[in-house]
Amino acid sequence: MTGAAKPARVAAPPSPPAWRRLVPGPAYAAVAALGVLVALNALFTPNFATASNLWNVLLQVSTVVLVAVGMTLVISTGGIDLSVGSVMAIAGAVAAVLLDRGMAVALPAALIGGTLVGVLNGALVAALRVQPIVVTLATLIAGRGLAQVISHEGELVTIDHPGFALLGRGHLGPIPYQALIALASVAAGVFLLRATPFGRYVLAAGGNPAAARLAGVPVQRTIVSVYAASAFLASVAGLIVASRLGASDAAKIGQNMELDAIAAVVVGGTALSGGRATVLGTVVGALIMQVIATSFNMLLVPYSWSLALKAAIILLAVYLQRPKRV
Amino acid sequence: MSTTSLPSVAGSRFTGARALGLLLRSGAVVALVAACIFGAMRYYAFATPENVVNVLRQNSMLGLVALGMTFVILTGGIDLSVGSLLAVAGVVAAMLSTHGSLPAIAGGLGTAMLLGIVNGVLIAKVRIQPFIVTLAMLIAARALALAATAEQSVTVSPDASALSWLGRGELGPVPLPVALLVLAYLIGWTMLRYTRFGRYLYAIGDSEDAARLMGLPVDRIVIATYALSGALAGLGGIVLAARLGAGQPVAGTGWELDAIAAVVVGGTLLTGGQGGAGSTLVGVLLLGVIFNLFNLEGTISPWWQWVLRGVFLLGVVIVQGRLQRRLTHE
Repeated sequence: MTGAAKPARVAAPPSPPAWRRLVPGPAYAAVAALGVLVALNALFTPNFATASNLWNVLLQVSTVVLVAVGMTLVISTGGIDLSVGSVMAIAGAVAAVLLDRGMAVALPAALIGGTLVGVLNGALVAALRVQPIVVTLATLIAGRGLAQVISHEGELVTIDHPGFALLGRGHLGPIPYQALIALASVAAGVFLLRATPFGRYVLAAGGNPAAARLAGVPVQRTIVSVYAASAFLASVAGLIVASRLGASDAAKIGQNMELDAIAAVVVGGTALSGGRATVLGTVVGALIMQVIATSFNMLLVPYSWSLALKAAIILLAVYLQRPKRV
Repeated sequence: MSTTSLPSVAGSRFTGARALGLLLRSGAVVALVAACIFGAMRYYAFATPENVVNVLRQNSMLGLVALGMTFVILTGGIDLSVGSLLAVAGVVAAMLSTHGSLPAIAGGLGTAMLLGIVNGVLIAKVRIQPFIVTLAMLIAARALALAATAEQSVTVSPDASALSWLGRGELGPVPLPVALLVLAYLIGWTMLRYTRFGRYLYAIGDSEDAARLMGLPVDRIVIATYALSGALAGLGGIVLAARLGAGQPVAGTGWELDAIAAVVVGGTLLTGGQGGAGSTLVGVLLLGVIFNLFNLEGTISPWWQWVLRGVFLLGVVIVQGRLQRRLTHE
């Protein structure tokens, strides 16, 4: 987010009250919250702690985790990617239309097509210095339309391909493929951020872009890469959803995914201001949101209440993670 | 722009900067005029009073929402919750319409404004980023609208004639929603230009720290701004419910994006401190006219219209960014 950074507020920092010093850091707090949620549900929600239900939670959370890992990278550079849901729809639509020619054509085409949107996002943010929220808002709007155009002008394209169906419904032993894919993306995200120069570049670009540039960090290339990575992961998620549905529904696939992914990232403890990132925290954040949604569903609480609780948790998480000092 | 310019050409640089600034401010106006001329030449049905009134009426509700968004963006904030607040106001007004028009309108407006105040307090006092606060409100207010109506739309009572008049009435040849739009922008423009509140908004958007150090009541102004945005979104929701004859809990989904697009296209900078009500009105009309031209053309599918809208938004911000940077370099 170049040039848009605002100086910090000047109000005198209140020293943290004594109880705050006893509360562990936000990352641990999120893990603790997840533990409490699962424990409460195991005690009070009938059938929650069954293997089939827990697998179900894993299954549903895997696409959010995929997208949220990419979102974590983008947010840690101080950016935001609103276009992920539309990218999912594009990837699903491209795959559905091309599956007649075989998986070897359809899957690469879908992944490349989706990733190109991310490259465009990154190029506009990095080279032309347009604010990320505006760039990705525009690609959100245009991308959704493009997905519809690709799906033969807004048709629901059904997919009948046993190989492709495995992606969303297959298992390796007891573990669904999609959970493995999500796990691989988490591992890659952790490795990239913790153990590679690229990870250092990402955090440096988010912490202070001007300083990073002066220090010789290839800021522009890094920013293009994170948006491309975000779009690539969103494309994978789009393929999984299309496979699960057995159709490419360009209007529905990935709708509001940007909100779920941002919520997972923020609840997990990654600062929206950039410069700090925790991929594992994002996974915990996504799990918290999914456990709430699943348990409310099982307890037959109306959908609207689970939405309201989601909103409250996002606010609470950000409040607890407020910068303590100016 | 030359890097070797000497003090002697300062005068010409000055006029260059002025011309650029003018272009930056009025680029949307030029585009709007061009779109209208193109429409009038190409389509017989474009420049008819019916079509003009139609375009204005269709865009009046978004215009109200975008005016509130302008205030918020001028302070350097953002309000993602406007679509949900619009739905809440419409639903509340429809539910209260059995008690008469006044309770319905006051209740709808009041609820939306109250939720806007909650946004403002969380942003100014609790110090959570506007993006997060209003994202949470987007989710929570939508939940409220869904819960209050059991996910069904609520019919506006036929007894609430004044409420229906807001959406369907006419003042001479002018539909009431259009009259409301004009009135709201006149008031908004005057507020931004000639009142202390308006000047404070620009000061906060320029530099919140400086505004604080100057002793401006920053927190109060920020809260008032989000309250105003909530109230204007609420007004839009009430007009929409009155037009449709029902308050729908899913109304206004995605309107925050349209409103932000209109504000940005008009020329208000997302970083705050620059822009105004007039720019946003031009942005709303420009997007509305372009949509109208798509419809008159008739051969562009709705999906292509989405693509073109996104591309258009991108094009505008790229041009704006270039002009802006050249202006600051001059």
